Amino acid sequence: MSTLAHARYVMSENPLTLAAFVLFFLLVACALFGPSLVPYDPLATDVAAALQPPSRAHWMGTDSLGRDILSRIVVATRLDIGIAVSAVALSFAIGSAVGCMAGYYGGGADRIMTRIVDTIMAFPLFVLAMGIVAALGNTVANIVLATAIINLPFYARVARAEVNVRREAGYVEAARLSGNSNVRIIMLHLFPNIMPPMMVQISLNMGWAILNAAGLSFIGLGVRPPAPEWGIMVAEGASYIISGEWWVALFPGAALMLAVFCFNLLGDGLRDLIDPRMRT
Amino acid sequence: MWKLVIRRLLDAVPSVIGVVIVTFLLTRALPGDPAAYFAGPAASQQAVEEIRAKLGLNRSLPEQFVLYVRDLARGDLGVSLSTGQPVANEIVARLPASLELTLLGVVLAALIAIPLGVLAASRPNSWIDHACRALTTAGVSLPTFFTGLLLVYVFYYLLGWAPSPLGRLDPFTTPPPGITHFYLIDSLLARDLRTFWAALTQLALPAITLGLFALAPLARMTRASMLGTLSSDFVRTARASGLSRFTVTYTYAFRNALLPVVTTLGMVFSFLLGSNILVEKVFAWPGIGSFAIEALVASDYAPVQGFVLTMALLYLALNLLIDIFYNLIDPRIGFAT
Repeated sequence: MSTLAHARYVMSENPLTLAAFVLFFLLVACALFGPSLVPYDPLATDVAAALQPPSRAHWMGTDSLGRDILSRIVVATRLDIGIAVSAVALSFAIGSAVGCMAGYYGGGADRIMTRIVDTIMAFPLFVLAMGIVAALGNTVANIVLATAIINLPFYARVARAEVNVRREAGYVEAARLSGNSNVRIIMLHLFPNIMPPMMVQISLNMGWAILNAAGLSFIGLGVRPPAPEWGIMVAEGASYIISGEWWVALFPGAALMLAVFCFNLLGDGLRDLIDPRMRT
Repeated sequence: MWKLVIRRLLDAVPSVIGVVIVTFLLTRALPGDPAAYFAGPAASQQAVEEIRAKLGLNRSLPEQFVLYVRDLARGDLGVSLSTGQPVANEIVARLPASLELTLLGVVLAALIAIPLGVLAASRPNSWIDHACRALTTAGVSLPTFFTGLLLVYVFYYLLGWAPSPLGRLDPFTTPPPGITHFYLIDSLLARDLRTFWAALTQLALPAITLGLFALAPLARMTRASMLGTLSSDFVRTARASGLSRFTVTYTYAFRNALLPVVTTLGMVFSFLLGSNILVEKVFAWPGIGSFAIEALVASDYAPVQGFVLTMALLYLALNLLIDIFYNLIDPRIGFAT
């Protein structure tokens, strides 16, 4: 069966995957064009219109400073997705490089990598991220770095395991005999072959990276107000929940949830596509 | 049995060393000069130098590490800048609140997730199977702080069933005498049902929030692992021998399917201890998570480092317990390796 036909089969089998693809393109569109799409300036305050419930003028209501919540949510997409994408890209790059080396060469390098990865995993990961941001300083760059560090073990482990089972494979032996250097074998022969499981890991990780970054900013780390960001917006709305102004926290929270849901579904769909045996 | 426990304890030693090194490095990575920071803005150059010597910051990094480990061995986690209290005291006083919440969350999650997973696996493609799949996919996507707020809105604001989400007890109830410092257990020991009820109603929403979060991975794993054992040869043989459906499912399949679920518990605890911080913030829960957040807001680093270390050691200890439990329910592994 061709990949395309298989993809169509997976989609028809699980319509949720299709929905996730649609949602994904919507998110990307918001991230790219968000600021020019929104009806209001996300930072413009209007105290006269503070804490208004959803209406025709403000579809998702306004917050305590009278800012339009819909505009803020759409504009925040770029920052939230941006943090997650850069963190995941960073841990993918470092994790796969380190994991490939460890899996290919084995020995001392392997032991050191395994030890470092185990040490990271010995922490509850969100707590470690919090500690890193607290120590390095409260900036968006450090949020990206902390999220990258706590995701690193997953990539390093997958890359190590996948390279390790392939290092004696026929095509690797052939490449070695025809005079390819070790680095060349890793980069041109092994790395492309471990891409499918790594891609699945990426899309499963994206959702988690978004949750993490939003969680950190919810407790006041990283992104600072008044910048629109989903975690902060939920935190700002938290105090109004008890007095019944639900829309301030609900909509940004729902946006966050949908984004994470979308990436998790994509990850599951991608896994079905790549490895039908792994389906649960 | 004891041999096994001791060996697992020895296995944990490298992880403990790693954790201590990382927390030490996090302390050293502080932006700026800690001595000047501790001395305050008005301090003279000489005062800063004195504090630097007192904190041991004028020594080499390995020497500082030895000092740090020595302090840790004495149970000294430093002094909180904002309260002036030793961090260790504060953490010990607040730990039971966090533990009570986390453990109740896990128990709730396991009580729902495991039967759900078993039911879903024994009736593939039924409505309960689809419900289980939907729940597990949705569950991992829920930001805990958001679910917590939703629950507060529905059960406190709309329905008025839950008390206001502020701490472990309402202001009119006195805490039960501290024996275990778990309010639920203490109030029962004191035969004080009114306090028990007050503590339970305060605890319900945060524990459900945490439970919902832990539910997804547990149900998913139970379902997958039950599907595996139900299609294995020994279950087919048991069925062919005419054993009842119940015996086959529970005595044969379930007991074997439980092993991977127990392993998943380790990962679940990692997520739970992390999201514990968020839930504590939402419900103003006086545990170590909200202690760390307060310290973070005040740029008070000693409590944050103490908190990270405590959480890591707690997580290691929980993993150790899970490991030992795993060996108890599966003796095949324990003594062979």
